[in-house]
Amino acid sequence: MGITKLHGLAILVTAGITAAIWRRDVLVLTPWLAPIVWEGTFNRDILNAQYMQNKLVTGVVTFAVKKYVQFVEGFMSSANKYFLAGHQVNFYLFTDKPEQISHLQMAPENHLFVIPVQNYSRWQDISMSRMGIISRYIRSHFQYDVDYLYSIDIDVQLFEHIGVEIIDTLVGTISSWEYNACRESKPYETRTESQAAIPKGEGDFYYTASFYGGSVAEVYKLTRACFKGIMEDRKNGIEAKRHDESHLNKYLLYHKPTRLLSPEYYWDEELSQPRIIQVKRMCSVHKDGKK
Amino acid sequence: MISRKVVGPLVCLFAVTAFIWIAVGNGKVHYLPYYLPCPEIFSIKLQYTEEKLIRLFPQLFYQQPRVLAPKRQDVLTVTPWLAPIVWEGTFNSEILDSAYRPLNLTIGVTAFAIGKYTRFVGHFLESAEKHFMKGYRVNYYIFTDNPETIPNVQLPPGRRFVIVPIKKYSSWQEISMRRMEAINKHIAETSHQEVDYLFCLDIDMVFYNAWGPETLGDMVAAIHPGYFNVPRSQFPYERRRSSAAYIPDKEGDFYYGGAVFGGLVKKVYEFTKTCHMTILADKANGIVAAWQEESHLNRHFLSHKPSKVLSPEYIWDDRKPKTPEIHLIRFSTVEKNYKEIRD
Repeated sequence: MGITKLHGLAILVTAGITAAIWRRDVLVLTPWLAPIVWEGTFNRDILNAQYMQNKLVTGVVTFAVKKYVQFVEGFMSSANKYFLAGHQVNFYLFTDKPEQISHLQMAPENHLFVIPVQNYSRWQDISMSRMGIISRYIRSHFQYDVDYLYSIDIDVQLFEHIGVEIIDTLVGTISSWEYNACRESKPYETRTESQAAIPKGEGDFYYTASFYGGSVAEVYKLTRACFKGIMEDRKNGIEAKRHDESHLNKYLLYHKPTRLLSPEYYWDEELSQPRIIQVKRMCSVHKDGKK
Repeated sequence: MISRKVVGPLVCLFAVTAFIWIAVGNGKVHYLPYYLPCPEIFSIKLQYTEEKLIRLFPQLFYQQPRVLAPKRQDVLTVTPWLAPIVWEGTFNSEILDSAYRPLNLTIGVTAFAIGKYTRFVGHFLESAEKHFMKGYRVNYYIFTDNPETIPNVQLPPGRRFVIVPIKKYSSWQEISMRRMEAINKHIAETSHQEVDYLFCLDIDMVFYNAWGPETLGDMVAAIHPGYFNVPRSQFPYERRRSSAAYIPDKEGDFYYGGAVFGGLVKKVYEFTKTCHMTILADKANGIVAAWQEESHLNRHFLSHKPSKVLSPEYIWDDRKPKTPEIHLIRFSTVEKNYKEIRD
């Protein structure tokens, strides 16, 4: 029976809990009681036991359009090693050059699906089209294949494990550039003509569009809402300041995430590493291939 | 005279007893068919009202949360399995109310007033009306063997008071342990259609401060006020291997109190079922756990971790001196003479 297996795992795990693992230097709980995941706040063994009991499958959606195809190999090899290692992950790679995707070595439990997409001349359009594509494919395919789905930028590499601590209903990652900014300095869209506008005096955190996700149902709602906002803006001849990221931030303000990931989970390498960042799990990679 | 609902289990009981008597014949071993769970109740498929996830937080102005400004650096506010531990200062009631109130939830409360414990009902309800889930629909289910002694209470609209008659058992330990079965049965028969969330509280306690939607979660447990600051080796877990509530020496997250637990009604249903099963297993082996159902509750929460944990603010003992970590006492025991009321 499944319970006895978990029972056994639970015994092993609880025997290993140290007296107190906690972080005093950073906020670990939002005012709406969503945990913020930092190194030192969680025990992955316990979380793994819970995840495995429910037999869950997680998907990753990523886009490699035009020159971004160069990042595929680095992303996939590091993700196979560090992203939900030991659990089944379905990677959905959207690309306009499927023929250029060389044979990639996948971990035995993972699957790779290469899906052709159209490219656009402007990178902003490519970025913003992602929302529409993701919501369409959730409806037609992903909802039947995965329980949780995460959208990750392709121009990244993983250097440390990103595990099941990221699995929750609606998950946003705090931007590594803006984690300490006060509301007024955050790059929210402020022009009221845009659907992504956030009124003055509002805003919790600035979330990065490079890594977000959640249950397949919630990601569907998020991507659909953002897509509608982007289309509405286009009709009105306006483009949000940070493109799809502005729409994401608007959505996550009024549909608060149930879990937040600290900037450990998406760190921009251009930034110097502050003391609060003890681990850089996933970092952006520069276009010339250098870290 | 005998209701149809009772005839079924009675027939089943008789049939099982007869079968065992026939099968065993004149054997020396005694079986106790009374303790076999009645199949009718435990196989009921629960049709519950649909889970409501947080969907929309309306526009609201409040102080910006800051990454470098943690709240409550003196206590643990997130468990190692990333469940929040609710302390004063960690949450903003306004934000939570703005999301939960529009959902039109109904919160249920079960409390057992058996024998002399009926004297606590009035004070419990009065304080609950002042502090418990203000602005939400609440159903109080008071389980009692003595419905006549319960004062008739008039509650404002949206708040309901229901008396659930149950049988009185011989000893206070027995009464305490049968709570799981009674709650489980009641959920299956009634409350799963009436409430979204259910809290199971002790009756001999009083609300002193706000208890709001910060406590709502899938499966909620509360940290016992006597043991939040001691190492796990000192937790009064059941330590005898023969008990189903046994927890070995080097294990344990927290010591949870039996006076407060709750969550989504379907989760409470599953939880009370499992606890009742382990209590019955112990009974069959002739053992009673150290702290009755509280031991079984702790065993269960070790293997099936709660999704939210309430700090001792939500389950205080007035006999304890207040420590600096406790900024606010929300729900606490009433001064009483245990010897007098437990006979």
